[in-house]
Amino acid sequence: MKEFKLAQPQNLAQVTSLPSDQRYFLMAGGTDLLDEIKNEIIDPGVVVDLKSIPDLAYIRSTDEKIRIGAMTRVSELAENSTIKTNYPVLHEAALSLATPQLQNVGTVGGNLCQRPRCWYYRDPQVECRKKGGSRCYAARGRNRYHAILGGGICHIVYPSDLAPALISLDAEATIATANGDRTVPLEEFYTLPRVDVRKENILKANEILKEVKIPPSKNEGKSTYVKLKERGTWDFALVSAAVCGIVSGNTFKDIKIVLGGVAPIPWRLEKAENLLKGNPVTDDVVKQAAKEALSDARPLKENAYKQDLAAIAVSRAVLSLV
Amino acid sequence: MGTKQNKKGKAYTRRDFLKGFGGGAIGAAVVPKILAQESASIETKKGKIPVCSKKQVTLTVNGEKYTLVVEPQETLLDVLRERLNLTGTKKTCNQGECGGCTVLLDDEPVYSCLYLAFRADGKDIRTIEGLAEKENLHPVQQAFIDTDAYQCGFCAPGFIMSTVGYLETQGNSQSNMKLNMEDIKTAISGNICRCGNYDQIYKAVAEAAKKMGRS
Ligand SMILES: Cc1cc2nc3c(=O)[nH]c(=O)nc-3n(C[C@H](O)[C@H](O)[C@H](O)COP(=O)(O)OP(=O)(O)OC[C@H]3O[C@@H](n4cnc5c(N)ncnc54)[C@H](O)[C@@H]3O)c2cc1C
Ligand code: SF4
Repeated sequence: MKEFKLAQPQNLAQVTSLPSDQRYFLMAGGTDLLDEIKNEIIDPGVVVDLKSIPDLAYIRSTDEKIRIGAMTRVSELAENSTIKTNYPVLHEAALSLATPQLQNVGTVGGNLCQRPRCWYYRDPQVECRKKGGSRCYAARGRNRYHAILGGGICHIVYPSDLAPALISLDAEATIATANGDRTVPLEEFYTLPRVDVRKENILKANEILKEVKIPPSKNEGKSTYVKLKERGTWDFALVSAAVCGIVSGNTFKDIKIVLGGVAPIPWRLEKAENLLKGNPVTDDVVKQAAKEALSDARPLKENAYKQDLAAIAVSRAVLSLV
Repeated sequence: MGTKQNKKGKAYTRRDFLKGFGGGAIGAAVVPKILAQESASIETKKGKIPVCSKKQVTLTVNGEKYTLVVEPQETLLDVLRERLNLTGTKKTCNQGECGGCTVLLDDEPVYSCLYLAFRADGKDIRTIEGLAEKENLHPVQQAFIDTDAYQCGFCAPGFIMSTVGYLETQGNSQSNMKLNMEDIKTAISGNICRCGNYDQIYKAVAEAAKKMGRS
């Protein structure tokens, strides 16, 4: 691996006030960052060790909210009994992610800020748009695993399993900036390539995702995560569906659906939500909603199958709430 | 690769050659000087952030303490193999996808290829070399032999470390823990066998669980 220097700050304020004349790379668990360095996609010069900052790993209940520190490891999230009982969608997403070895090291913040897995992006020989080049090679190249929605100038899918799950729970993200902390809905944390093709989220240089906050769980609420993948064992999602909702009597009172694996950001299915709300829970209603929801998809040459998978993931997830 | 005779008539292996380059554990006495030369800092409005290109660490590997100086980009895998000569831990995909480099870090399985050595400072590391007690193999090692879970054997150290990490954290049979095949498959899902010997490997884990009173 290429040499780099290690910066070990004592607090977040030091990181947010790093001089802007050089680019610094933040390292949480390192499971994604080191892969990028090894594959010579980045040449960091200086790596900023977030682990040297105390008190960034916690799962706490305050003001009835659950607060999860960015440096909390995925394995700690998966094992947490409150999360398991009250937020099954998040528990299931954490368990579905990568492998036990990676869950033991990878963090919540790192998972939410990880870089895309597009094979052209990960290939050091290829200078695509995301790396400052002028073309998207996936558009006309091999695009089996790429986006069917929201692509345009770059067709990555956002690879995180925790992101759709947290967004379905109305989570908020707290960001440490040079001017203090700022909180935004996690749904607004992610940005489409047309905003800035080099980035996947709103973080500016040397800003840090500090924690995520989840509102109190509703007593009658249910949730689940359905992840469809190519292999039986670890794999990124081809398509996943995070669903939270309330079914009362036999009617959908409230529902939120967020897809993973279909777009450059976790993709909210508001259309399907509206078709379901107030309607009875039947196979037909659900299937119709799932189909409608994906009607504006624009698949590439090799990935039309994701449209069918998405409909299946949505139906499965929604029907399992009952 | 061919071998050369050294002065004592002992054959040099490729490994001795590499080891000569890597330098074994560096004595603590020379450390402060090196560190002092390599340290710097970045000025910020909120104070100085220390920056280094070398760090002294103490690793406990299979019960033995090693104090050495590592560079930030050195992985635990490379330190184990090239500097401590513990080559049982395998460097296979080197990017967190195959599990051949699995070691236990404070009893938890991790990929040593994606774990930086400086972060292992003060931690307890167990590798395949540390499992057997003298002539007695660890029950997981024995189970892998008894059930023919090896084909080429290259992935075995990783599978065995994952299995040990998993079974040690499970309750024993008195606590009514029942391991089913699904649990076993999940527990070792971070390891890949290129020969595809999974059926025998699953049997080995189940057999080991029995030997260790975990099923
Ligand atoms: C083989 C393999 C399989 C995988 N499978 C899955 C999967 O199925 N599902 C899934 O969701 N993920 C998967 N992953 C991705 C894995 O979950 C991520 O590597 C991991 O979550 C990243 O966490 P980390 O703490 O190691 O991040 P790091 O590698 O330390 O950081 C990742 C990126 O985020 C930035 N970053 C980290 N923390 C912060 C922060 N607090 N604020 C701002 N920026 C930050 C870093 O600068 C870096 O660019 C897989 C990875 C591998 C190698
Ligand atoms: S999809 Fe994005 S990352 Fe992949 S080749 Fe196109 S521009 Fe690059």
